[in-house]
Amino acid sequence: MVWKTVARHMMAGHAPARVPDAAITQSLRERLAAAGAAKLGRSLAIRHVAAGSCNGCELELRATQNLIYDLTQYGLVFTPSPRHADVLLITGVAGRNMVEAVRQTRAAMPDPVFVIAAGDCAVDGGVFKGSPAITGGAESILPVDLIIAGCPPTPGQIVDGLLALLEAHA
Amino acid sequence: MIFVNEQDWLGQAAPLIALWTDAEHAYALYQPGRLVAIPLVDGAYPTLEPPGAAWFQRLAHDLNGHVATGAADTRPAIEHLRAADGTAAWPDFAVAPGEGVHQVAVGPVHAAIIEPGHFRFSVLGEQVLKLEARLGYAHKGTLALMLGKSPRLAARFAARVSGDATVAHAIAFAHAAEAALGVDVPPRARALRAVMAELERLANHAGDIGAVAGDAGFAFLDARFAVHRETICAAAQAAFGHRLMMDIVIPGGIAGDILSGGDAEVLAALAALEAELPALRRVFEDYASLQDRLVGTGVIPPDLAAAYGAGGYVGRASGQHADARLTPGYAPYEGIELAVPVETDGDVAARIRVRLAEMSESLRIVRLLLAELPDTPIAVAPLMGTGMGLGVAESFRGPVWHWLAVTAGSITGAFIADASTLHWPLLEHASKTGILADFPLINKSINASYSGVDL
Repeated sequence: MVWKTVARHMMAGHAPARVPDAAITQSLRERLAAAGAAKLGRSLAIRHVAAGSCNGCELELRATQNLIYDLTQYGLVFTPSPRHADVLLITGVAGRNMVEAVRQTRAAMPDPVFVIAAGDCAVDGGVFKGSPAITGGAESILPVDLIIAGCPPTPGQIVDGLLALLEAHA
Repeated sequence: MIFVNEQDWLGQAAPLIALWTDAEHAYALYQPGRLVAIPLVDGAYPTLEPPGAAWFQRLAHDLNGHVATGAADTRPAIEHLRAADGTAAWPDFAVAPGEGVHQVAVGPVHAAIIEPGHFRFSVLGEQVLKLEARLGYAHKGTLALMLGKSPRLAARFAARVSGDATVAHAIAFAHAAEAALGVDVPPRARALRAVMAELERLANHAGDIGAVAGDAGFAFLDARFAVHRETICAAAQAAFGHRLMMDIVIPGGIAGDILSGGDAEVLAALAALEAELPALRRVFEDYASLQDRLVGTGVIPPDLAAAYGAGGYVGRASGQHADARLTPGYAPYEGIELAVPVETDGDVAARIRVRLAEMSESLRIVRLLLAELPDTPIAVAPLMGTGMGLGVAESFRGPVWHWLAVTAGSITGAFIADASTLHWPLLEHASKTGILADFPLINKSINASYSGVDL
């Protein structure tokens, strides 16, 4: 019986490609965007990678979660998994030993991804600029959307930077 | 410094602090600050026996290509890309033998907001049989960047060896430069350096004790201690213009005096901490569920701590008495009659108890120093000249040593030994005493610096 089905398909040739209705697609896209903004609000999950810091930036990054700055109140959370993350936040220089790990972290994240370079080292290498052990700042590994300068940036500056990102994409 | 022959190079009895090489010599530093050197022969020197020497010898090989003849451990320290084709030259991890043993790989990107490093566990069920830490991911070339610069300029790199201990590293670096060039620092600068060092200790102890409790699922202590760390950092900003007090200690003194009204902010932060500390300590001691996680976890026996010459709270929780602040000539601690808490259990709980006791002592020291700040200048003119010097400071995690060779005002040799260098192998040991789920607790209770050893 199978040969009949096969023969029929061979005779019929290729079925025409199916194209979704452009108007329906566009209206669905708009409704989803509106619903997403309303339901998900301004929530962003952040995956942090230390790419060669002195650990000063990590101290202040952790401080954004304390009771004083309370980053979570803005819907901003740090996530252990890159699969859950919207933001890749990089601290420290781009150490040659960390370039591959940063690339793999980015590759493990679903698009779209906002990349933030936090701290002077991540911005351009900071005081370590020119060292043969580094390739520069985060931009030397992948395109950066936002920089938060400071050595280290204060928790307040970090929160301000993240809020700017939320505002820009609200 | 003493030049020695091979027999004396191998025959030093005191605990080893650090080992490094420059173009012509290998240097070994022993407690309480005895430096010996041996000429390199064809880029090699005899390997040293103490277990703490291994990391330093691996580092000397990666930085300068020098070989420790006869060394058993020749794994890379910081160099991951040695092969010509760019592939990693790191040898395979040695898995613990046995039926049913499997490996768990963690890092270099960790789940929490911490520095990069790779941990490879050999696990049987939940029991950890072996931990091998691969470091070097935070390597930035710090030592090489110091060369050719004046001590004042290079102080920026010393301040960024390990950000959480920026004050202590800057002090040790300044001590080394001042010893090399025979400079005497004004008393006010010494007092304010110590104020900053103790504030740094308080901030880190508060943050870490809370974080250990947090890792045990005890959010209350984490939240409260984090508030105190924040208050201290805010006071440091008010008093010294920087939350971590970075770049304020410079060779020859300090870069800026305490700001007007800053002392009041500091004293207020200390009062708030002191008022809540007994209650927090009671919570830590009284909650059986918390103690159950911490007591008997991550044990470092005193004889092992002694073999590595471990300092800081890691050493002092395992029966070691050393504290670099007791070093003769380490002003202004000489007149303070520092009390050094020592415990012998060597577990996570003991390390927390030591740190809680150290917090009370730091509160006392800061108040004492701020009450009687000497009325002198805060710095001397930039340092010129030629010489070689050692400097030490007690960071919150233990002694940090800096060695400098200065020629006509510019640095021609430098080495930095963070206390973490001797703590990492102890972490590898302590992890074997527990299950995999206890590792975050053990790791945080030791809190070795990645950046501080990756240099």
